[in-house]
Amino acid sequence: MGFGSLKEILAVCEQYEISFCEAVLRDDISERGVTQEESVSEMNRLWQQMKLSANSYDRCDRSASGLSGGDGGKMRDRADAGCISGGFMGKVIASALEMGECNACMKRIVAAPTAGSCGVLPAVLINYANEYDAPEEKIVEALYTAAGIGQVIAERASIAGATGGCQAEIGTASAMAAGAVVYLSGGDSEAICHAAAMALKNLMGLVCDPVGGLVEVPCVKRNVIGAINAISAADMALAGIKSKILPDDVIDAMKDVGDKMHSSLRETGEGGVAGTHSAREQISKMQF
Amino acid sequence: MNIFDILGPVMVGPSSSHTAGAARMGYMTRRLLGEEPVRAHIGMYGSFAATGKGHGTDKALVGGLMGMQPDDMDIPASFKIAKERGLEVEIGTVTLRDAHPNTAVITAEGASGRSVKVQASSLGGGRIMINKLDDIEVNCSCEIPTLIIHNQDTPGYVADITLRLLEHDVNIANMSLYRRKRGGVAVMVIEVDQPIPAETIKRLESRKGIIKVTYIDIGEN
Repeated sequence: MGFGSLKEILAVCEQYEISFCEAVLRDDISERGVTQEESVSEMNRLWQQMKLSANSYDRCDRSASGLSGGDGGKMRDRADAGCISGGFMGKVIASALEMGECNACMKRIVAAPTAGSCGVLPAVLINYANEYDAPEEKIVEALYTAAGIGQVIAERASIAGATGGCQAEIGTASAMAAGAVVYLSGGDSEAICHAAAMALKNLMGLVCDPVGGLVEVPCVKRNVIGAINAISAADMALAGIKSKILPDDVIDAMKDVGDKMHSSLRETGEGGVAGTHSAREQISKMQF
Repeated sequence: MNIFDILGPVMVGPSSSHTAGAARMGYMTRRLLGEEPVRAHIGMYGSFAATGKGHGTDKALVGGLMGMQPDDMDIPASFKIAKERGLEVEIGTVTLRDAHPNTAVITAEGASGRSVKVQASSLGGGRIMINKLDDIEVNCSCEIPTLIIHNQDTPGYVADITLRLLEHDVNIANMSLYRRKRGGVAVMVIEVDQPIPAETIKRLESRKGIIKVTYIDIGEN
């Protein structure tokens, strides 16, 4: 049935003296009744697809509504020319926008954990792999780390905007990416959990308010904060900073906030930025 | 949820529920029809009706009807492809009672004249539920091999069919029986753990009183 808590994963890591990603891999093997090769090859396929999707970006593409497209290209130019965020962060911002726009323009993407949040993990991992020459196998292991975190959040809370707001989508993606980066940078299993907790806490309360109900505004740009937040949380955890609130408690708090969130802020396209005058104007100008 | 429900599916954007799920709904309808559809009517309900155009829900449903999987890059061009392949599609909205917000009712007709009516809903993450088949409630996800039998509502069919499954050591995971009225047409939905051999399906089809046998195993394609 998968893991019900991050604590359970840590207990397995300790009991068998294995890494976080190994615990998740072993669980997948027993849970789905597959071989290690089958599981790893499926995860590798997702990683290869993330890179293909990133390369499929075309700054000339526009979404059917006309709301999305071209921003990734603008940010890419600025990142290349030099930006305040710095070289690495500039590329992460550009990549996150590009993937979000690929999704809005009906390109092939990898939901991670959802289509709306599909830019967070690849923006972080592809740029990390390039910057730090991380080998492919290591990235695939980092994806198991991310998937384990996501699975626990799905089990204890939710990964759907309609249920828990954007915190459940971008927040979860950010927590997953934070844990993955900690793993790649040599942090231990406990640091992985603290990074995930800090990432989730810092996006807690984020509402799902898509203009016209479409996965475009503000979803595309929210992928940026998910990615940047993940890297910040990972750096904090790698510095030895811990979440004062236990990681599983943070996940439960996210669920509590989602449960209390008004339905107009849960993917109905009614509240938040979706309910503004400018949103209504944009909707009236849509091309269909 | 397993880890590949968290990472994945690989899909054409922008929405796992409104695009990937819709493609799957179209695809399942095609499988339930059992042949190439030549005509289809799609009625969209709830959020599908309200935001379907912007999410490409309509294109995904049509793509699925032509056999496209949720990651098929041809989905955005599905209307044009349908025209080329001679699939006539009519798309509108539909009013339903007590339906999931992401629901569509698809009627598909094949060249042989055979037709099927499917009401399905998209549950998120690309997962779907078939709520009604030919106006009879069925509620199945078709995530594991599924046998759907339309038969006369008279005694003996359950015993007979389960015995055939036992002969092949096929274990039943879930089983439900539905009917609209006593003595009319009944529908049996049996989800199983092992694939059912083709000859068993054939034998069931030839049994008196069995109107239609549909077998869906996503693993086989």
